[in-house]
Amino acid sequence: MAATTMELGAGATGYRPTATRLAHPWLSLNVITAFLGAAAGYGIGHWIGNYIASNYAVVQNTGQNNVAVVLALFFGVLGFVAGIGGLNYPILKIFGRQPEERAPVQDWTKYFRFSTDHKVVGKQYLVGVIGMFFIGGLFAMAIRTELTNPNTHFFAPDIYLQIVSEHGTIMMMMATSLVVGPLGNFLVPLMIGSRRMAFPRLEAISFWIFLCGLMVILTALPLGGFDTGWTGYAPLQTEAAPGMDAYLVGFGTIGTGMILNGFNQIVTIVNYRAPGMRWSRLPIFVWSMLATSFLLTLATPVLFVAGWFGVLDRTAQTAFYVNTHGGSSYLWENLFWFFGHPEVYIMAIPGFGLVGEMLPVFTRKPLFAYRVGAAGMFGVALLSFFVWQHHLFVSGINPDMRPVFMLTTELISIPTGFIYLIGMGTLWRARIRFTVPMMFCLAMYFNFLIGGITGVYNSDVPVDVTIHGSFFVMAHFHYTIMGGLLFAFFGAVYYYTPLFTGKMLNNTLAKIHFWWMFIAFNFTFFPLFIVGFLGMPRRVFEYAPRLQVLNDWASASAYLLGMSFLVFAVNFVWSVWVDPRPAPANPWQSLGLEWQLPAYKMPWYNFERLPIILSDPYHYGEREALPVAHLQGVLALAGAGAGGGLAPVGAVGPGPGPETAPPGGQADGEDQRR
Amino acid sequence: MSHVEPPSEHPGDGRVARGANMPHFARLFAIWLLGTAIVEPVLYFLVWPHIPPGTMTDAARGAQFDALVLTMMASPVVIAVLEYFVYAMVVWHQKKGEPPEDGPPIWGHVGIQAGWIGITSAIVMGAFVFGTYELINTAGSGGGEGPSPIWTPAETNDMLTVQVIGQQWLWTYRYPQFGGFETPELILPNHTKIAFHVTSLDVIHDFWAYQLGVKADANPNVDNVAFATTNETGRFTVRCDELCGIWHGAMYNYGYIVSPTTFYKWATSTEKKLSPLTKILPKFAWTYNPSANGAGGGYYPASDAFYQVYKYEYGTSGKEGNLPAVHVKPSGWKPSQAGSHHVRER
Repeated sequence: MAATTMELGAGATGYRPTATRLAHPWLSLNVITAFLGAAAGYGIGHWIGNYIASNYAVVQNTGQNNVAVVLALFFGVLGFVAGIGGLNYPILKIFGRQPEERAPVQDWTKYFRFSTDHKVVGKQYLVGVIGMFFIGGLFAMAIRTELTNPNTHFFAPDIYLQIVSEHGTIMMMMATSLVVGPLGNFLVPLMIGSRRMAFPRLEAISFWIFLCGLMVILTALPLGGFDTGWTGYAPLQTEAAPGMDAYLVGFGTIGTGMILNGFNQIVTIVNYRAPGMRWSRLPIFVWSMLATSFLLTLATPVLFVAGWFGVLDRTAQTAFYVNTHGGSSYLWENLFWFFGHPEVYIMAIPGFGLVGEMLPVFTRKPLFAYRVGAAGMFGVALLSFFVWQHHLFVSGINPDMRPVFMLTTELISIPTGFIYLIGMGTLWRARIRFTVPMMFCLAMYFNFLIGGITGVYNSDVPVDVTIHGSFFVMAHFHYTIMGGLLFAFFGAVYYYTPLFTGKMLNNTLAKIHFWWMFIAFNFTFFPLFIVGFLGMPRRVFEYAPRLQVLNDWASASAYLLGMSFLVFAVNFVWSVWVDPRPAPANPWQSLGLEWQLPAYKMPWYNFERLPIILSDPYHYGEREALPVAHLQGVLALAGAGAGGGLAPVGAVGPGPGPETAPPGGQADGEDQRR
Repeated sequence: MSHVEPPSEHPGDGRVARGANMPHFARLFAIWLLGTAIVEPVLYFLVWPHIPPGTMTDAARGAQFDALVLTMMASPVVIAVLEYFVYAMVVWHQKKGEPPEDGPPIWGHVGIQAGWIGITSAIVMGAFVFGTYELINTAGSGGGEGPSPIWTPAETNDMLTVQVIGQQWLWTYRYPQFGGFETPELILPNHTKIAFHVTSLDVIHDFWAYQLGVKADANPNVDNVAFATTNETGRFTVRCDELCGIWHGAMYNYGYIVSPTTFYKWATSTEKKLSPLTKILPKFAWTYNPSANGAGGGYYPASDAFYQVYKYEYGTSGKEGNLPAVHVKPSGWKPSQAGSHHVRER
């Protein structure tokens, strides 16, 4: 951004750019023009596809063929991104013009626009992932409905598989961005003392592409769905209905968003730390974002390429996955899981980071063995690239690979154990405050213990021969992802909503939500371990009648689990919009940098002067400890005490007090105001 | 108590007197010991016989024993962690009515950290060594080992070869030692080593003979071999365990382990009964290509190119029926050969 020179020369008056006002708010680009762009792009792509490949129609005389579907979806995504304004900058650059640098729009319409304010993008992501989670959750309810009876069916078998596949794919897509999207984008700049993410336009586009991915995957339904599950195994993928194109293009789309988001996080964390923010002072959540972002950036391209091969197989009649023409069905399995196993840690590590961030606040103790915790996350991230063939133990891969992958898979439980070490060490002689976020943290440790231990069963080949592909595996990863990541996420939502919105969520409803969700979750998924061990494969609509009691129990609990989220939704809507209660400035008495400033009313550039970081944020119980940062003068608004981020920032008076020099040599040689 | 962080970073480090920790350690250890002492015998004596998938084959028995060992290794860990969390919640919470205060600033403990890493590493390496031993000892634990298995039963002369063919959405079985007849019934002789050769005609299926402890993916153009030795007569379930299309959920049937003589009678009479059909079936091969256009659902033995590769790998062509040791000669099987070997007991 053009603001760079101003940032460097902030000087005595600080950095206070004027806000932008659009002359014609309704004529400018927003989410409505994005949908118009998507519709136009879809139509154009479909027409081109039919024009060049009408003789490849899937069903005779329907005008439907894979080339048309793929091009329609591709141009639809392109049209959406262009319609939201995501391509303005590069297009102008291509035509040799210097685009005008403008601050993000400040009125309420900013939430429906291409916003380069990381706090706005964080909130957009928050609504996006929760909406996506609810859509995926409805499919889960349908799955459990079908499984209430072993041989009486609510859905036709093809409809059932469409539901299963949509549930899996949507949830996987959602979970990869569940924390990195909303909390990563919102919190990382605040935690490291930065005015913005490194690449604000990439940040904004990553959200809108993420939203496109959801829409693309939902277009599979009118196209006849896809019957491969979220794993999309190849010969079935190649022969599947046109809905399969939506799966492949959808994963490619959302993968692009994941790569951009991860890349942006890495560059931000490495380069945009405030003066004094040494690696040893980085909040543990930022460490988890860094580890996750390396996985996002390095693993997702493999999925992108694998999906592209699949698209080519289905459209251009190549044979990457067709055995009889020189390809191999193992190729997809290997590529998919080479992405897929790092991906499950993309869905686990952020949960570890959130819990590590919240535990010190509610135990009133420093994080135990901070370095071991950060090392654990990176250990998990590194090892996750070496375990993918444990998904293929019985597939007929090179058989002497199996002990190797058994070893790497079991090794990964060592760095995962570090997360338990830091949690248990932090609890030692603590002063635990049983707030709702703390209860979610403790529940995460309980759930992930079960999820992690059952993972060892999966990694052991002789036992895996029985449980591979069964409900045992399904229960295992629901315990790790839903029981781990989602519990940490909801804990963080309760923890950070005062920071996001300035409002407190209702505590009674929050406690009801917690206990309801915790009990219903365990009631739903624990019996499914047994069901799997007793011989029920995944993704079946018929099962042995002897397993009906356990399945019915799981279904009833699943309905209750689904309903528990309504409590959260009601609480959130009620406490934030209907009957808002202003939150105290730092309701949890956290020492974290992000809590020292009222983020919900900070301007889009966060700080007038960058904070000088003095220590790590875990000095609980140390009366003489330095504050986390030198904050005087970083925020004009905080001194003014009113106004809020919605007002034009330039109108606010000068910030309080002159800039004082940082005490000691804390920021010596570490001026990173780039 | 030593500290990981340099002391200058953490002024006012509220060191806890060494003695103050001991009662907690002692209590936690006593509870853990008691819990473990109760749970482990229960697992060994009461739970073990009921662990799936049972004892119908040596592979199933091995998987059952392995699951027991893993559970007995995991239980002390689970007990320790859960007990610790409950203890912490009960003992170390902010008491009502007391003024809120912070806990002691403990930043780390080198001994605890090193001990933790050492113990978890030891458990993990133990699980790995044991799992690998079991995998090799039971000839691949009933899992699909691909076309060139490296862990095979020691003695393969009396082995029965069964080819398992998956197609949407049906399992069929060919018995090459009985003229290569093909049937949707899976009948196996007791006390016999079985080599399952699993292949597919279309998409990926997964042959899961639940009670046999056998699971092997059925890939098109791949001969995926799994071994098991039958121990008990009775019925077992066969399910498809890899999503293969809309009727995946209905792709299951039952198989039976019967006495060797009963099996021999069934096999020879079925061979005779089906011989007119067997004649028009494609010649027995380790894999088949689906028919090019799919019309009529026919299938054909794999191309010559496949046999060229096969010859390169094994020095002999599968076509002549002169097969490597693990691919048992498809030239007759007699019940007298069965039961002569030692059935592994635990």
